[in-house]
This record gives sequence, C-alpha cells and structure tokens, in this order.
Amino acid sequence: MLLTLLRRFLPAYAGPVVLVVALLVVQALGNLYLPNLNAEIINDGIAKGDIAFIWRTGGVMLGITLGLVVLNVVAVYFASRVSMGVGRDVRAAVFERVQMFSAREMHRFGTPSLITRNTNDVQQVQLFLQIALTFLVSAPILAVGGVVMAVREDATLSWILVVVVPLMAVVIGSLMVRAVPLFRAVQTKIDTITRIMREQITGVRVVRAFIRVPAEQRRFGVANRDLMATQLAVNRIFVLAFPSLLGIMNVSTVAIIWFGAHLIDSGDMPIGNLAAFMQYIFQILFAVMAAVFMVILIPRAEASSQRILEVVDTTSTVAEPAHPVTPAVPTGAVRFDDVTFAYPHSERPVLRGLSFSVRPGATTAIIGGTGSGKTTVVDLITRAFDATDGRILVDGADVREQSLERLWSRLALVPQNAYLFKGTVAENLRFGRPEATDEELWQALEVAQARDFVAAMTEQLDAPIDQGGTNVSGGQRQRLAIARAIVKRPAIYLFDDCFSALDAATDARLRRALHAETADATVLIVAQRVSTILHADHIVVLDEGRVVGAGTHDELMRTSEEYREIVESQLGAAAA
Amino acid sequence: MMMGGRPGGPGGGQGGRNVFAQRRGGPMGHGGFMGLSAPVERSKDFGATLRQLLRRLRPEWAMIAIVAVLGSASVAFTVVGPKIVGIAMNVIFDGVIGKQLPSGVSKDQVVALLRARGQSSLADVVAGSGAVPGVGIDFARLEPVLAIAVGVYVLGSVLAWVQGYLMAGVAQRTVYGLRREVEDKLARLPLRYFDSHAHGDLLSRVTNDVDNIATTLQQGLTQLMTSILTVVGTLAMMLWISPLLAVISILTIPLSFFVTIVIAGRSQKQFVAQWAETGTLNGHVEQMHSGHALVQVFGRRQSALEQFSTLNARLYDAAFRAQFFSGIIQPAMFFLSNLNYVGVAVIGGWRVASGAITLGDVQAFIQYSRQFTQPLTQIAAQMNLLQSGLASAERVFEFLAAEDLTPERDPNATLPDVRGHVQLDRVSFRYAPDKPLIEDFSLDVRSGETVAIVGPTGAGKTTIVNLLMRFYEIDGGAIRLDGVDTRDVPREEVRRAFGMVLQDSWLFVGTIRDNIAYGKDGATMDEIVAAATAAHVDPFVRTLPDGYDTVLEEDASNISSGQRQLITIARAFLADRPILILDEATSNVDTRTEVLIQEAMGRLRHGRTSFVIAHRLSTIRNADEIVVMESGRIVEQGTHEDLLARRGFYHDLYASQFAEEVGTEAEAVTAS
Repeated sequence: MLLTLLRRFLPAYAGPVVLVVALLVVQALGNLYLPNLNAEIINDGIAKGDIAFIWRTGGVMLGITLGLVVLNVVAVYFASRVSMGVGRDVRAAVFERVQMFSAREMHRFGTPSLITRNTNDVQQVQLFLQIALTFLVSAPILAVGGVVMAVREDATLSWILVVVVPLMAVVIGSLMVRAVPLFRAVQTKIDTITRIMREQITGVRVVRAFIRVPAEQRRFGVANRDLMATQLAVNRIFVLAFPSLLGIMNVSTVAIIWFGAHLIDSGDMPIGNLAAFMQYIFQILFAVMAAVFMVILIPRAEASSQRILEVVDTTSTVAEPAHPVTPAVPTGAVRFDDVTFAYPHSERPVLRGLSFSVRPGATTAIIGGTGSGKTTVVDLITRAFDATDGRILVDGADVREQSLERLWSRLALVPQNAYLFKGTVAENLRFGRPEATDEELWQALEVAQARDFVAAMTEQLDAPIDQGGTNVSGGQRQRLAIARAIVKRPAIYLFDDCFSALDAATDARLRRALHAETADATVLIVAQRVSTILHADHIVVLDEGRVVGAGTHDELMRTSEEYREIVESQLGAAAA
Repeated sequence: MMMGGRPGGPGGGQGGRNVFAQRRGGPMGHGGFMGLSAPVERSKDFGATLRQLLRRLRPEWAMIAIVAVLGSASVAFTVVGPKIVGIAMNVIFDGVIGKQLPSGVSKDQVVALLRARGQSSLADVVAGSGAVPGVGIDFARLEPVLAIAVGVYVLGSVLAWVQGYLMAGVAQRTVYGLRREVEDKLARLPLRYFDSHAHGDLLSRVTNDVDNIATTLQQGLTQLMTSILTVVGTLAMMLWISPLLAVISILTIPLSFFVTIVIAGRSQKQFVAQWAETGTLNGHVEQMHSGHALVQVFGRRQSALEQFSTLNARLYDAAFRAQFFSGIIQPAMFFLSNLNYVGVAVIGGWRVASGAITLGDVQAFIQYSRQFTQPLTQIAAQMNLLQSGLASAERVFEFLAAEDLTPERDPNATLPDVRGHVQLDRVSFRYAPDKPLIEDFSLDVRSGETVAIVGPTGAGKTTIVNLLMRFYEIDGGAIRLDGVDTRDVPREEVRRAFGMVLQDSWLFVGTIRDNIAYGKDGATMDEIVAAATAAHVDPFVRTLPDGYDTVLEEDASNISSGQRQLITIARAFLADRPILILDEATSNVDTRTEVLIQEAMGRLRHGRTSFVIAHRLSTIRNADEIVVMESGRIVEQGTHEDLLARRGFYHDLYASQFAEEVGTEAEAVTAS
C-alpha cells in the first residue's frame, strides 16, 4: 500500500530523490572512510608519538567531517522538500477527490473519517518519508559499506562482521516479526477501550437507569486486562531489542580484539586497524538500529497509505457528462420521470417509479419520511445521487446531461441540518453569490425572519460565526441557512425539512414572506410536519418510495388514505 | 553514530488516529528528533503531580527498587566495559612495542638508548608502556582481561533486559490500575459532572491522557534514570582516565548545547508555525467536508479548492522549514562529535607520546566521549516526555479528584415492589445555586397514570427526569415512590423502578440481542424475542442476514435511526419496570416507523405510570396531568382542559405550536 502510494506520488520528485540518495551514499562512504583516518592516527600518530601527523590527519578528518556536514545539510534540505512536497501533493489529491465525491461516497466513508484521511493519515506518510529519506536509505548503505570497508581493511578479521551483521538482522527480524502484529493489536485494543469509555460517557443515563454499572465495569475490566496483557507482551519483546543489539556489538568488539591481537602479533595487521574495525561495528550497529526503529513506523504508514488510497481510488458515482447540454429555455421546472433509486446492495429500492412535476412559480411539497425516500428526492435533483432508473429533468433537460456547475447554479439548497461555515454572518450569506450587496443580505434576512437577531448582534453582518454555526441557536442557524439560499436568488429552491427547529409562529411568518420573495421561482419543500405544507400549491405524498397521493391538502384529505394517516399520526385521531 | 534518542517506543498509541483527540501534543504526535517535538504542555504544578504519580507507584516499590538496582548495575557494567577493553588494548600495545625492541635488554636500557639517539618521544612511549623488549603480545594476560570484558558486557545487557522486563510489568500494572480507577470514578461521578464537562475533553482525559502516562512510565522513567546514570558514570570514568582529556570533552558540551539551542530554537518556531498552519488547513478541510453538499450546490467547489491550495502551500512552506531546521541539528552534532574526537586524539596522542597515558586509555576515552553526547540528548527528549506525561497525569488526577456522588443515607435499604405511585412533594431544585428553577413543585401521580411534560425546545423538560431517577438530587421537599422517600434508599433501588426510552437512542457496539438484553440481566432468548416483537423490532431484525446477532456499528450506520429507537423501546419492554420515562421525539424517522414507534410506546405505557416528554396532541390531551415548562421552570400544571381554560402559557404554546392543527381539528370536528 505504502509502495503503491509512493510509486504514484514520488516520481514527480525523481530528481531530488536521486540526489538525496546519491548524497546519502557519498555521505555514508565518507563516514566509512573516517575510521581509516582514525586507524592512521593511532598507527602512525599515537603509536609513533608523531604529534604533527596527528594534527595533519586530524585536520583532514575535520575537513572531511565538515564536507559531510555540508552534504548532509543539502540532503536534509532536499529530503524535506520531497517529503513535505509529497505530503502536500497527497493532501491535495485527497481533497480534490473528495470535492468530486457524491453523497454516496461521502456516506460510504463518513465525514470524520475523510477528515482524518485528509490530515492525520497524510501526516503519517509524510513523516515516514522524511525519516526514510534520512535514516532508512543510509542504513543499508552503511551496513553493506561497513562490511565492504572492513573486508578491504583486513579480510581475515572481517569474517566477524559477516557473522555479526546477519546475526543482528536475525535477532531484529525475529523480534519484529513477533512485535509488529502486537503493535497492531495494541492499537485495536486501545480503540476498544476508548470506544467503551465513550459509550459509558455518552450513555451514562442509560447505563445508570438500567443499573448496568457493574456490568459495564466488567466489560471494561475485560478490555483493560486484555490491553494490559498485550501491552506487556509487546513491551517485553521490545525491551529485548536494545540490550541484545548492544550485547552483540560489545561482544563482537571483544572478539575483534582477541582475533585482532593474533594478527597484530604475527605482524599481519597494524594496531590502529583494530580501532577502525570497532568503529565499523558501531556504525553498522547504529545503522541497523536506526532502521529498526524506523521499521516500527512502517505499519502505521502502511495503514495510513491504505486509507488514503481508498479515497484517491474512489471515483464519484456521479460523473460529469462528456458533452454537456445547456437547456435553451431555462424554465425552472423540475420533473421526475418514472424514477427508481436503490442504494447498492439493498434489497428494496428507496424510490420506485416516481413521477411528478414541480411547476415554476409554485410551491410543491413532498411529505413522507426519510426512510420513505423524501430526502432522496432532493438528493437526486442536486445529483448527490443518480437515479438507478428513469430520468430527472431540470429546465427540461436530464440532470445527468447538464454540467454539474450549470445544474448547481440553478439551485439553492437548505438542508435538514443547517450547516454554517466559520467566518462572519455576511460571508455565510454570500456563500452562493459573493457579489451580493449588504442591502440584499438584510433583505434576505428579513424574509428569513433573521433580521432581528442579526441586528441585535453588536457586529451585525460582521458578527463571527463558529465552525458549523455552533455559536447560534438551532433555529437561528436554520434561518441563516434559509437567508443564504435566498441571497443566491436561484431559479429553484430546495427546502429539505428545514423548518423543524422553528416555532410555528415564526414558521408561518417565514413562509408568508418566502412566498412573496419566491413568487417567480420553483419551490420544493420536503417536510415531515403537516403544518408546514398545508398551504402548498401541490402536495406529493410519498410512502415507501412511491407516490401515493398528489393534490392540495383538501383534495388529499378526501382522496388519500396515507395522507390522512400521516395527518392523524401527527395531529391525533380527531383531526382526521 | 549519532542517533537522536530512541524514537517512539511501543508504550502506547499516542499518535491518535482521532483528529479531534489531538488537542495537545501537536500534529506530529510522536517522533521529533533530538528532543525536538511538539511544544509540550507543561503541568501547572510539576512537583505535586510528580509526587502524586509516584504515590501511585507505591504498591510497586519493591519491584521499583529492584529495577533501580538492576538499572544501576547494568549502567555500571556498560560504563566500565570500555575501560576493561582499554586494558586489553594496552596489553596488545605493549606486545607491539616489545616486539619492535631487541630482546635481551631491559626496558630502561631501551629508553636510555632511544633518548641517546634523540628519539625522545618514542622513548616516552616505551617508558609509559608495560612493554618487555623482545616479547610480543602476552596472550596469557590478554585472555582473562577479555573474558572479564565479555562477562561485563553480557551481564550489562542481561541486566538491562531484566530491568526493562520488570519495568514493563510495573508500568503496565500501574496504568491498568489507573484505568480501573478512572473507570470506577466514572461510576461514582454525579450526572452533573457529565453534563457540565465537554464529553470530548472528558474522553480525552480518560483515554489519551492515560495512554500518555503509560508511555511516560514505560519509556520515560527508566530511560531517564539510565541516561542520567550513564552520563554520570561516563563522566566519572573520563575524569578518572584523564582529567585533561575530560576537560576537552566537557568543553564541547556547552558548545553542543549552544548549537542545539540556537538551531532548535529556530526550528521550534518553525514547528509552531507548522502546527498553526496544520490547524488552519484541518479546519478548512473539516468544514468543506462537513458542508460538502452545500459547497457543491452553492457552486463553491472551485473556491474551496483554491483556498485549500493556498493553505496547503503555506503548510508546505512551514513544514519544510521545520523539517529542515530540525534536520540540521544532527549533522551539526556530528561535526561537534568529530571535533571532540580530533581534540581527544591530538591531545591524547601527545600524552601517549609523552608517556603520560596509555594507548588503551586513549582508546577507552574516545569511546566514552562518543557515548557521552547520546544520553545527553536523550535526557532532553525524556524530560519533554516526562513533562507531557505529567501534564496528562495532572489532568487525570484532576478528574479523579472531582467530587463524588453524595453518599447514600442507607446503602442497604431496599424498595419493596413498586406499584407506581409517584409523589413529588413541594420539590425544589436548582442547577446553579443562584438561579431558582423549580420551587415548591407538587405532583401526585397514581399508579398507571400518564404525566405529559410539554414546553418549547430547551425548556428543560429533562430536569424532571433527572430528579425522578435521582440523576440529580433535589434541594428541598421529597419525591416518594409508593410512599418511600427516594433518598432513603440507594439510587439503584430507585432506578430499578424505572424504564426509560430517550430521544437519543443510545446503543453500544454489540449484537442487537445484547442491546435488547441490556434491559435485563440474564434475559432468555424467548424474552428478548417477545420484547422485540412487542416493539416491532422482530420483523426487521428477521430481514437482516445475521438476525439478532447482527452487530450494531459504532455509528450504527447499518440500521436506521427509527429502528434504533425501536430497539431502545424493546429494551424498555424487556426491563419491564412499573414506571416509565419516555421521550416521544422522533426525529429523522420515516412516517411508517414513526407510527410503529408510537404504537410500541403506547403499548409499553399500558398499565404503567408514565412520564412522557410529549410532542403529540394525542398524548397531551389524554394525559392525566400536564406539566408545562418554560426556560427551565415549571410554569403550569393541570389537565388539558384545565390548562386551556386557564388561557395561560399552555394555551399560547398550544395555540402557536398547533395553530394550524387546531384549525384543522376544528374543521374536522365540524365536518364529522
């Protein structure tokens, strides 16, 4: 997964990546050359008491070090450019893709999950890449290079390395094979604990009402013990890694001395090379250890990559037409023509053979429940979803044949859950038409019965709105959302059950004002409360995805059993 | 060679997957080299929190003592190792020199000879060594030294492992206990606490913060101890070998610190900028995803993209700078380390040449000085870890210190079989002491009667529920069940009399069967099916592939909200309590299901005393008593007819809320 992701996003940085790898190779070679100088300092300097030689070689050594530092800084520079650049690109790819998503994909992933994928998951990949381009790449170079240099230094002694390096790999490998699945298990178990805690906090009333506290404590206890056991297992494996590597390294140092001593004694090796050898071992060890700790990051980056790819590889089920049509006469009419809609893998379609017309300049109401396909009607007009069968015509043309932007430019939506964006009241109102004047905003507020409370705020139109609109009440939020739609002055208004948070008096006033404001427009109101739609020009009754009645309230009271049932259920038996 | 401390170990999942859980610790979550990481939130009272944390470790003190002893021993062995290797090097060096010298003469003669030839520095080397002219490496001497070195190193490693092994137990057991304590605390907290604290913050305290403490205990404490001991031990060895060389090494310490501080300071600023930009970008992403449909229909896709690109580019710049500057530290330290090495080599070489120090000692010294900087940087990282762990601990302790439920008057009292006669006798209650809410409220509900609670949204209709179930304690008066004051028996006894269906249909992740069975311990399958049938749950459950064993997901996306509500009704059916609390509100429920819910609730109410948060005319009209609430207070009570006749708040509320329905109702009545 990680590889797939990198294969897709890394090639854009091929140049810098090659440069970084090249720099790291040079740097690793330089690092491997330094022990040589050490050996010389000992052999020809210290052992012979040649201070001048020490100074000279030391100077060379410092010079090389300085050069390496420069190389390293350059490598870090490009590594940072690459990793952060890939992070930026992946983030943009995810965001752009989500922007294209239809409601189906949004539901499939869920908003919180998409946010996590767009932010945290990208961060994980970016972090991994940064470390990979600094440590992970140089580890094998140092390990292999260390062996090569050691062999060059003295072939007889390097068999120790040939033993030690694979030994380290085996030790680390066997530890990791056991630890990595446990790391994953720990994460799942922490998630479980968090979930149980969340359930207990949000459901505290239910838990206590049903006297389930002891049962909850047992449930938590099981999860807690489980987590402890796994944590203990993983930590006990992990604490083995460091001492064992250190032990291997130290013992091999002793081995080098022992076998080296024999070579020195027979005059086959100068004493300084011993020191060089020890340094190689150090270098290899640290490279291996650095790599090991980076390996820990892999499962996480892997999981993140998978979650990112899932998004990036999902194509929206709502496609832009190849050859968009623009209706000649934008009438504002909406027509459902034998529309059937089913969610994938669901047995029963949500809408079945739905046909009705929404006339321009009139208010059409749809009554029914979400389960019965009420909201889906709105979703099909905005192309949040596409119909499984049949056609939806806006301005006389199939919505699927119009360009999305063109279609949306005709619509204004007030959703069930009024969502406001962080910013000011004015910014929110201008969402659909940035060029609207303040006067127009006030007028829209007036219609939406929101003028009074906005005027009462000290900053009025410039009053700040929190993310989601949480700093105003539900009713105010809904009215601002309605005003936002009015400011857009669309041809077609879609009100999706958005009058529910308003009290009846406000609701009535608003609908009166709206009626005047939207006289020329097409208005579609989806509602649950009968009172909201009593006076609509045309009422369509939906039940289980079918039109079971259409007409005015009075007509429906006479003709539609289902309508009467709804009225009865809300207003009580006497009302019917 | 220069690693920046051990990168994030396995301690605990700090790198939260939850965006919202990351209010502290920064988006980097973990990692951060050379002690550089998110700006750590400091605890308010470091000492007190640390003491409290240590107090919690008290049950483990014996184990901790063992860990400390083992840790110190391990460090001692590791520190002494290079010195022993140094001795071995001296033996070898002596052999090398001795072999170069003609045999048969004494060392003093050789030295004199060399001086006479003017090779005074070589003479010093020979004089300072233990060489025997003409004799090579003394393997008989080398062998035991190396054997000791192996022993010391192996022991050091084994002890370090045992210490880590034991400490893992200490840390995990302590955190396990802490989690249990937190869980127990949750059960003892009054509802007031839950209602007055943001759930997100609360959850973060009991999960993320506890995990963070786990990481600190597992990694921070032992490593901090080991690092400090290593620094002290290494320093001692260096001073012992050669005070002069030690001074050179020690001089590079302030230099390293200076470099680190200068660069780290700069990069820290860049990190702060990176986090700020991350926050802004995340905010934008969050909003655009949450308002996805609006962004599309209002034609804002393009501008959302443009804004994203701007923010993304700014984040890239900041992130790049932060990475780059923190990346420079490592090469800089590498340079300093080599500078130190050359310094030691030059001075050491000169001292060896003058016979003041042996080659083996220089070799050992070089190793010490290389080892020296690593624990130093680790200490910085671990102090950060400790700080953030203590900040977490402080929040957890704060939570644990919150006030408990008031104790029961008689924890062993029981309530006999409740028939459902509920009396509220001159009850008064206020959430805030200075805001009177319910004063002198009386209500007598006979067994089987229905009380409707009505009022506009936010009028505090749940307050009465809170008082009846003793979620909150009344300030004055009394609530009696069948004549027994509810405060005279434990809360559980009171709650045992109530069944409850709330608007927020709380279900847990588990099977439908378990969720229904939540209402009754040890319910049989027959009972569950019976309850499900009564609540209209059975038909739709049967259409699910796994039936009653269908697992409800966390957001229960696999069943509709209406079906969720039906399950909560089934739960109440199974619980079969004499008194009911029902919230009629059905939002986001289709009409069909709504009818089913109503029917099920009606059936559930049958023969039970019911308190209904009413939204329906039918319930309101037929209620035996209506309690009208407005802005938290009870403003009227009586029957439907009484209240209408009074033409007070209820009349207005009724007229406005049901204005049109009333009209319809009137028409319908006339028509019939």
